[in-house]
Amino acid sequence: MTNLDPYKIRADFPILHQDINGKPLVYFDNGASSQKPKAVIDAVSNYYSKSHANVHRGVHTLSQEATNMYEDARRKLKTFVNARFEEEIIFTSGTTQSINLLAFSIGEKYIQKGDEILITEMEHHSNIVPWQMLCERKGATLKVAPIFDNGELNVDAFKQLLSHKTKLAAFTHVSNTLGTVNPVKELINACNANGTKVFIDGAQSAPHLKIDVQDLNCDFYAFSGHKLYGPTGIGIIYGRKELLEEMPPYQGGGEMIKTVTFEKTTYNELPHKFEAGTPNIAGVIGLGVAIDYINNLGLVNIEKYENELLQYATKQLIENIPEIKIYGNAKHKASLISFLIGNHHPYDVSALLDQMGIAVRTGHHCTEPLMSRYGISGTIRASFSFYNTKEEIDKMISGLQKALNILS
Amino acid sequence: MDINSIQDEIIEEFTLFEDWLDKYEHIINLGKELTELDTSHRVDENLVKGCQSQVWLNANHNKGKLLFEADSDALITKGLIALLIRVLSNNSSKEIMDAELYFIDKIGLGNHLSPNRANGLASMVKKIKTYAIAYSAINN
Repeated sequence: MTNLDPYKIRADFPILHQDINGKPLVYFDNGASSQKPKAVIDAVSNYYSKSHANVHRGVHTLSQEATNMYEDARRKLKTFVNARFEEEIIFTSGTTQSINLLAFSIGEKYIQKGDEILITEMEHHSNIVPWQMLCERKGATLKVAPIFDNGELNVDAFKQLLSHKTKLAAFTHVSNTLGTVNPVKELINACNANGTKVFIDGAQSAPHLKIDVQDLNCDFYAFSGHKLYGPTGIGIIYGRKELLEEMPPYQGGGEMIKTVTFEKTTYNELPHKFEAGTPNIAGVIGLGVAIDYINNLGLVNIEKYENELLQYATKQLIENIPEIKIYGNAKHKASLISFLIGNHHPYDVSALLDQMGIAVRTGHHCTEPLMSRYGISGTIRASFSFYNTKEEIDKMISGLQKALNILS
Repeated sequence: MDINSIQDEIIEEFTLFEDWLDKYEHIINLGKELTELDTSHRVDENLVKGCQSQVWLNANHNKGKLLFEADSDALITKGLIALLIRVLSNNSSKEIMDAELYFIDKIGLGNHLSPNRANGLASMVKKIKTYAIAYSAINN
């Protein structure tokens, strides 16, 4: 047993205490977005009520206060991922923008005709499409490492696809559809040995696992704030300082310049070079408070408790839902389960669960190539957080049984 | 019966169900009873793509009336299709173009018809209306 008390934790999340369609909400869509503790909501509200002004370059008190809060949050993020320097943390609008920033900037600097970019079969569209666009722009080729039926990456195949042409590898730490936790350290080592730069999509790992970019020894790592109990519209990309310094800026505008004349502009230092325009100040401050909240619970405790939920839910589903098929049976999984039941359409099942106040996600989860690989059009996905309980999992099981009765 | 009379009839029918369970059971049964769409019509060009469930729609006309038949891979969607066809099929293009669909909201299933629900129903209604506009343009 862990020392997290989900019932106590739930008191911090106002949204969880409501009825949906007349039933107490069971929120199992944390993989898409997690709910916000009151501390985060208050931080955003207090910032706008008491401390708002534009950041950087302001002489007046409020601007300095806002700048301090903004840069404090950057330091929290630096510690959260154990970066060497705070300027290695670039604020973006989320993982998607982080990847687009990287695809543009690294593409301009390092990718040429004939080069290869290596991804995996389990990537989210956000970690496919920007690389496809880059390949089209530069005449490079996208290579895809396959997975096994159980949802684990074929690591040997991945390594075999690394060649002198592979300038960049981009892969997810945790699959949003299968829950697979990839052996990122082994993959990064292989890339480093090959001279291939590495980007890790941490959208699904940051809320569940301790991240240490120095220990991982990756070049880039990105995640979103809203899956991490923070506000929407905020995220980060971590980048190795030497690389960020070499890379050209992504967007031009205010904040990112040192001097501007009509003949020539020189760019600001890191991290501002990559943060053009007025940033999402409230989002950054909210994310900082979310990090405090998570640190306070402890990621080790979170991982342990969520794994308990995963094991319990997997067992209950297999024992009580006869025709269930779980997609993603990797040995090391994060706390989410993708499944189908017999020939029942995921839409029907989840629409009926919704009537019972149970929120799950259905569809292709922005991983269409992965769905094609399994020959299905979508799954039902239940994804758990530390504020979920075994009691709620029991409700989902009986909800599923009820839904199947209606549909059969 | 005209379009609004059928809508009112459906609303009346649904007042019988007090529980959401009975309501959904009824819709699912309507879906099961819907005439199977011939496989020759279950083709890509008839596909109304929803992100989650798919709808196939086939249109015909007879003596100035437009006739629709449809199918879906999801049962709830199929049940709602059965209702939409009961309301819209076998009417003139003008009647279809002018039709305002209020029954879905009244029977408490409006959320299934919202465009962001991604079940293809909203697109299906749009496509039916487009057929009506096209048919009326050709015949006027």
